[in-house]
Amino acid sequence: MNGCHAEPGAACGLPLPDTHAEQLVELRRKGETSRRGLLAGAAAAATATAAAGCDITSVDQFLQKHYTELTDDDKKQIFARLEAQVKERSGVTVKIGDPQPIEGVTFGYALNLSICNGNRRCVEACARENNLPNHPEEMRYIRVLEVPNGALELEKSDPYFEGEVPKSGKYYLPVQCHQCANPPCVRQCPCEATWKEPDGLIVVDYDWCIGCRYCQAACPYHARRFNYGAPTIEPDRINPNQAYLSNRIRPVGVIEKCTFCLQRTRVGRFPACLEACPTGARKFGDLNDPNGELRKILATKRVYVLKEDLGTIPHFYYFFA
Amino acid sequence: MIRYVVYWARMVACVLKGGRLYYTWMGSLLVLILLGAWSYSHDVVDGLIRTNMTDEVSWGIGIANFVFCVGLAASALLLIVPAYVYKRHDAKEVVLFGELLAVVAVVLCLLFIITDIGRPERLWHLFPGIGKLNWPSSMLAWDVVVYTGYLIINLHIPGYLLYKQYLRQKPNPYFYLPFVFISMFWAVTHYTVTGFLLSGLGGRPFWASPILAPRFLVSVGCTAPAVLLIILTVVRRHTHFKVQESVFDYLKKVLRFSAPLNLFLLGCELFSQFYSGARTPAAHYLWVGLNGKHGLNPLIWTALALNLATTLVWITPKFRKSHRVVIAAAALTMLGIWLEKGVGLVIPAFIPTPLGEVVEYWPNLGEILVSVGLAALGAFVFTAIAKVTIAIQTGTLAVHGGEDSPRVPAAPGSVPGGDRAPVSFPPGSDRPPASVRTPESEGVA
Repeated sequence: MNGCHAEPGAACGLPLPDTHAEQLVELRRKGETSRRGLLAGAAAAATATAAAGCDITSVDQFLQKHYTELTDDDKKQIFARLEAQVKERSGVTVKIGDPQPIEGVTFGYALNLSICNGNRRCVEACARENNLPNHPEEMRYIRVLEVPNGALELEKSDPYFEGEVPKSGKYYLPVQCHQCANPPCVRQCPCEATWKEPDGLIVVDYDWCIGCRYCQAACPYHARRFNYGAPTIEPDRINPNQAYLSNRIRPVGVIEKCTFCLQRTRVGRFPACLEACPTGARKFGDLNDPNGELRKILATKRVYVLKEDLGTIPHFYYFFA
Repeated sequence: MIRYVVYWARMVACVLKGGRLYYTWMGSLLVLILLGAWSYSHDVVDGLIRTNMTDEVSWGIGIANFVFCVGLAASALLLIVPAYVYKRHDAKEVVLFGELLAVVAVVLCLLFIITDIGRPERLWHLFPGIGKLNWPSSMLAWDVVVYTGYLIINLHIPGYLLYKQYLRQKPNPYFYLPFVFISMFWAVTHYTVTGFLLSGLGGRPFWASPILAPRFLVSVGCTAPAVLLIILTVVRRHTHFKVQESVFDYLKKVLRFSAPLNLFLLGCELFSQFYSGARTPAAHYLWVGLNGKHGLNPLIWTALALNLATTLVWITPKFRKSHRVVIAAAALTMLGIWLEKGVGLVIPAFIPTPLGEVVEYWPNLGEILVSVGLAALGAFVFTAIAKVTIAIQTGTLAVHGGEDSPRVPAAPGSVPGGDRAPVSFPPGSDRPPASVRTPESEGVA
């Protein structure tokens, strides 16, 4: 396995995304924390064209019902309104869809820790796909931890590592939403704004969430992110292929999270993080398919899940091969 | 109906009238409230980005204060039990203060949560029927149910009794006694649910302690008597309302038990977290620091010092006799519990994150202004309703006569209006010589 650099512009034969790892580390050193960058990066705020801001524009919007109670007509109207909002704020034409779970499918993810080298291309691809803010010091769904060999204690890990990877004596542990079969976040949400879909994905209705952040306190994988401010995203970075329950541009004051890119995976594509991974460490598929790749991995490899003792039953598996 | 409107108008008039000290106090509180509202208005416009909270430490001083206010709500239970179960007249005379303080505390709990959420305008999503309350699954949904219920009960009881007293009618025990007894059990669920709210999260090992709810209950046994000692002292000193010394003795007695018990349970927690050498990162961060970060250490050691010192006061008869020492100890008890069970219980659970990252948190000026503003609002509302309560209980505010009527003597120490009250008290020479005889304290319980 070739070494690959975590910095932009480093050589390993692949076009590197513009991760600003240095900037991120710098902010951390100054005691800034992830979302603080939103204000620290004043330039970003100035060009914030897709900021949702104070976004109550109508009584209809205020009284909008829970996703599960919306009729097809309701959805049509809401999606059109959201699309128009993005158009108005950033000039970008987006399409908000609502892909439904595929019957009989339960999505699962497996990650090969033996070959993950910490290049963090998945992090950037995820941000692009899911319309996350453009400055890396802001929220990201995937966190890659650099852990010293021999350690399982996550307090010894470093999520802000820099320099060439992989480093000797370290291994890399990417963590994102584990789409638990027994999700503590869903159990604790006071208003059913987050729930488990039939294909095992945990989704959030951003228009129903009250922003209490109890799910964030409940999640043992630090997988949920809160929009402390209105998200900012430059127009040229907006992914126009959006889903209502997934990567549409979020409003301020609500929780969001990884959905295994349901806007892609429910129509037969791979998640963005998998497609971006240069090492082939990421495997995605249907846990219900007995001949599928995932079931083969689960049956033949040395597999474990993170924090098994908490009984969350993740659908995200780590393996060694 | 008109009578009821007049009642409210007269209560408002009563609140608006006062001496220079009263106006200074209420005016200062009003300034703090406005400052808090001004700060919160920015949060509404820009989002919680103005706070120092992060995805790592996603609950800050607002939730810490919420947890602390739950403890204040115990004041009702603390006086209801001696007043209605043990039928102590001295406690019954002041029981309304406990219940009204509970009302204020629960309102503050709700306000601390509302100011802490990202989309307060969507609160209706929690209302059963029109929203989707995730009950019984979510502990926060339980909290909503239990708090609302507790608020209604504690509004009803004093509201009914005060109105009846204003009318100089005998209250019907069927209209309030059942609620008094319900409220006793409800109070216990109130604290337990708040304990469970935190200890029900497996991903936060700092909270996942079976003794969290009991610890919580015991510490509210410290804050509630402490705050009542202070309030009743002020009432005794600055109003005509007589509070018997035996009430103060009772509150000090509660503290004599709850303060050492609180320390004992804290010791139990510390033992299981540190003795075995097993890794408990959040507890390490709180008490000794983790990965070179020590933000909360001074705070928790101060809390421990305060709790030790005040416990010493509560268990030493000599100290307990000095009123000045008692008031100082009560204030320091509240501060100690606020540090230990408010800030020291909520914030370290987020440090380190579930993925081991140590990000520290300290509230910024905006958050402090909101918190202080809400505390001032609580004090403001309590002062107002306490003033009305005293006026009604001392008979200066009543349907016939009252302070508007020149016939009523308002001299301190007298029994205003008592002789003209239509309720005839049964002769009871065993009754303590209180300036206030609440009709409900007679014969019904």
